[in-house]
Amino acid sequence: MTEAISKYWPLKRSGKRNRRKRALVFSGIAVALFLLLIASGFLIGQEGLRVNFDGAFSAPSLAHPFGTDWLGRDMFIRTVKGLALSFWVGLLAAFISAVIALLLSLLLLVNKTLDSLVTGLIDLFLAVPHIVSLILISFMLGGGLYGVVIAVALTHWPRLARLLRAEIMQIKNTEYIAVSRNLGKSWFWIAKHHILPHLIPQLAIGFILMFPHAILHEASITFLGFGLSSEQPAIGIILSEAMGYLSSGMWWLAVFPGLMLLLMVAVFDNLGRNLRKVFDPLKGQKQ
Amino acid sequence: MLKVNNISFGYHRDYWIFDEISLELKPGEVLGLYGSSGIGKTTFAKVVAGYLKADKGSIVVDGKTPLQKGRNPVQLIGQHPEKTINPRWLMKQVLKESGDFSAEFLQELGISQEWMQRYPSQLSGGELQRFCLARALVPETRYLIADEMTTMLDAITKAQIWETVLQLVEQHQLGMLVISHELSLLEKTCDRILDFQELSGGSSAF
Ligand SMILES: Nc1ncnc2c1ncn2[C@@H]1O[C@H](COP(=O)(O)OP(=O)(O)OP(=O)(O)O)[C@@H](O)[C@H]1O
Ligand SMILES: [Mg+2]
Repeated sequence: MTEAISKYWPLKRSGKRNRRKRALVFSGIAVALFLLLIASGFLIGQEGLRVNFDGAFSAPSLAHPFGTDWLGRDMFIRTVKGLALSFWVGLLAAFISAVIALLLSLLLLVNKTLDSLVTGLIDLFLAVPHIVSLILISFMLGGGLYGVVIAVALTHWPRLARLLRAEIMQIKNTEYIAVSRNLGKSWFWIAKHHILPHLIPQLAIGFILMFPHAILHEASITFLGFGLSSEQPAIGIILSEAMGYLSSGMWWLAVFPGLMLLLMVAVFDNLGRNLRKVFDPLKGQKQ
Repeated sequence: MLKVNNISFGYHRDYWIFDEISLELKPGEVLGLYGSSGIGKTTFAKVVAGYLKADKGSIVVDGKTPLQKGRNPVQLIGQHPEKTINPRWLMKQVLKESGDFSAEFLQELGISQEWMQRYPSQLSGGELQRFCLARALVPETRYLIADEMTTMLDAITKAQIWETVLQLVEQHQLGMLVISHELSLLEKTCDRILDFQELSGGSSAF
């Protein structure tokens, strides 16, 4: 009887965990497929992008699954190359943003004034709509790749910083930190040995969740004309060009690149969410 | 000499946990501090060890006010050892944070080598307490505050640990403040016993 119970309970709990793990594996595979597509974006040569007026404006077909544009360039190749660019911009911006979030939240350990400055900055950035501060910063920096990366990086850190700050605050007040201080350890040592290892899951998941945001925001400011310049093969550029042709029935120019962008965002967002569910850093404690 | 001069502390602004407490602890002396539960003994210990900052008064150790930087010559062995250890660390990392300890020393405190590869959640409270004791007992430590150090242990282990600790205190001429609500323990281990209630002037609140 007791044996039956002790066998049954762990099974039920591990069933739930297994389901989460399986979801994680699936989103991992989806991301891997996407990365493969992006990698191939770099390997594909320029042939598909050659100007060919005879083949301009052809609807999706077997030869051109996403159709061609007004110069006869293959839209599939343009889309994949655009995704690859968005991917790198997003990755770079999200990385810088995560680093900013970490460094600013660690200022909590240095002194109170700096910390209240950081809190104020977080509130300020969260109060202004994302897209406004994005456009403002990118515009001030003169747009382009540099402007976009900096603008996206500077606007995406506050939510993660707030999360990390709360976590650091909690650890800072534990008794083992007081002991560590009494053993003569500096705040730098404590940050490195006690706090950082604790923050890594939060930081990694925060970064993965920030990444799709960064991509979407990069595409939107580029679309609005404040981002990457029009020679660059970005998705935002493709979409804004396509706007001009939508009324003449060239639906494939916008629909496929737009869908692919959304798919990429969804795939990475999904990975982040599933990772969070499995590692559950908010409740994650060693039992 | 560890001098506590008229310290007061309150968790809230309008209410002192204790007010104007003074005491002196000489090297080599074992001083007992007795008080009933919830009266503020642990809070007092934390203030003296520098975990909490006194609202009034000062703590002077061998003529100096301990700085925030560097190792504090006053070390505290707390009531809840599990709280004083990072739950993500192996026990060997816990010891390493304080320094290197010889195998003989660890054996003297009853620390088994096989515990080194375990996490704190895999050890009992009494076993953890020995680690806390070990990492506090470094050459720089001059004063030791033991707050209900052995309350969770059985009689035999308790006697063993006290024997070791008192021997080390004697050997290194440490000053030791033993805090407990067990008068019998204090009578066995201490040279002198103070009543926390009397120290704080008979009333801990106003
Ligand atoms: N972090 C805190 N914030 C607010 N009040 C606290 C805090 N810690 C303790 N107290 C209060 O301070 C008083 C003294 O607590 P303390 O732990 O110092 O008592 P104690 O004498 O050590 O008791 P015991 O013998 O049970 O260990 C208690 O009334 C307690 O509720
Ligand atoms: Mg206590």
